Amino acid sequence: MDRVPILKIGQVLFVSIQIDLQDDSVVQLQEDLADQLAATSARGVIIDITAVEVVDSFIGRMLAMTGSISRLFDAETVLVGMRPAVAITLTELGLSLKGVRTALNAEKGLQLLGGTGDG
Amino acid sequence: METHSDLQRMAAYLREQADELLKRWADLVLTGSRGLTSADDVRRELDDLLHLVLRSMTDADELAGGELRAALAELSRSRARSGYSPSETALAVFALKDAVHEFVADAAELVPEFLAFSRMIDDLGLHTFETYAAAREEIIADQAEAMLELSTPVVRLWDGIIAVPLIGTLDSARTQLVMEKLLDALLATGADHAVIDVTGVPTVDTEVAQHLLKTVMAARLLGAECTICGIRPQIAHTIVSLGIEFGDITTKATLADALAYALSRAGLKIGPV
Amino acid sequence: MDELPIASGDDVVRVRQHVRQVAAASGLSLVDQTKLVTAASELARNALVHGGGGVARIESASPANGRTGVRITFSDSGPGIPNIELALTDGWTSGDGLGLGLSGARRLVDEFELTSAPGAGTSVVVAKWSR
Repeated sequence: MDRVPILKIGQVLFVSIQIDLQDDSVVQLQEDLADQLAATSARGVIIDITAVEVVDSFIGRMLAMTGSISRLFDAETVLVGMRPAVAITLTELGLSLKGVRTALNAEKGLQLLGGTGDG
Repeated sequence: METHSDLQRMAAYLREQADELLKRWADLVLTGSRGLTSADDVRRELDDLLHLVLRSMTDADELAGGELRAALAELSRSRARSGYSPSETALAVFALKDAVHEFVADAAELVPEFLAFSRMIDDLGLHTFETYAAAREEIIADQAEAMLELSTPVVRLWDGIIAVPLIGTLDSARTQLVMEKLLDALLATGADHAVIDVTGVPTVDTEVAQHLLKTVMAARLLGAECTICGIRPQIAHTIVSLGIEFGDITTKATLADALAYALSRAGLKIGPV
Repeated sequence: MDELPIASGDDVVRVRQHVRQVAAASGLSLVDQTKLVTAASELARNALVHGGGGVARIESASPANGRTGVRITFSDSGPGIPNIELALTDGWTSGDGLGLGLSGARRLVDEFELTSAPGAGTSVVVAKWSR
């Protein structure tokens, strides 16, 4: 099982999903994020899915859940870089991913979070 | 098989006079045509076809027959593209029957053979017509697709604000295209606001509303907010009585209103110089 | 026709990747490829999680009128689906994607055929064609 690395930059946790993840890895990522949020004072999470070609209902729901989970630690999660084909497919599936915010790319995601919060 | 031996005998009889037959066939075809193809090209086409016809009548296997149908289909398709009418192409095939009839007019003993031949030609003529129709259908489908593409422009109104003026009915095929173009444009321009103008959409019923909602949903997944504008007063009543709700999607009357709204969300406003 | 076992999470990933390859080679547009692979992911997961493991058979196919595409059969010998109609209920408006993900997968493909009975396993055949 592959573990997705989590980077901490300032007060934001960065996750970049580069490979085709199987279900266990996604669940593990959720747990790792919760651990990190609890351990650090991170107030934001950016999940970059630019390289992700397929998001089905399970993975979609897991990603949306990270939003709710992060809010428990008073942090906001932004999902960035969704591919048009993936967005169209999720829409067809009826998944709006309401639990999590979205942005076109990491830069805009950071703007949504109000910068890396070093100041 | 009766028919096959009839055809073989006919083929043998025709082969002896192949050259004169070809000449007569070509003359009949050229008289009836509008001169869209040169006489030499026509003769060459017919020569090839006559060979295939005779072979398919003689051979025991289906190979020559298949080749013949393929050759006729190709001829029909290229004629369709060159602007010939379907009758002209089919008549060229039937003209062979006329030419052969002239040759066997006095040979009473060849009646059954001629009947078999006649039926074969009828079948080939129909095949030509069908291929022609199919080719035209394909051209129409291609044109429809091109028109769809043309009627779905995406324009940049300002930094970070794009507009999609929809013209015509919004069915599911159109919605797919709109979603693709909108999302690609969001990616290309980095826009975070899209205005969908439905002034050109004749009716907004529950189905159209669902398509619009889907489009907004998809844009939101790419971090963009959408505003729908152009809802005409006449259809406002219909929308409300159908119970259609746009939920948290802002709707404005005009494109100007939508632009002002999008600008205000970006922290901008238009004022005098 | 390629046959892939579905016995683990890694197998589900392998099915996705294989379907993606075949779909791309069959001339499907990028969006259609994504839809098919996503549907395949749903159905493979179903076979694993609800069917106790199964098999995916993937083949490129051409129906009439010159289109090309992909056909995939997912089968498992699990407990079967007790209420097929309920499982296939269109859940788009509720939008939470709960349940077996079958109705979602159905929306993503051109052809969808489900055969299942309690105690007799489940078989789902899906297909997507080029335009």
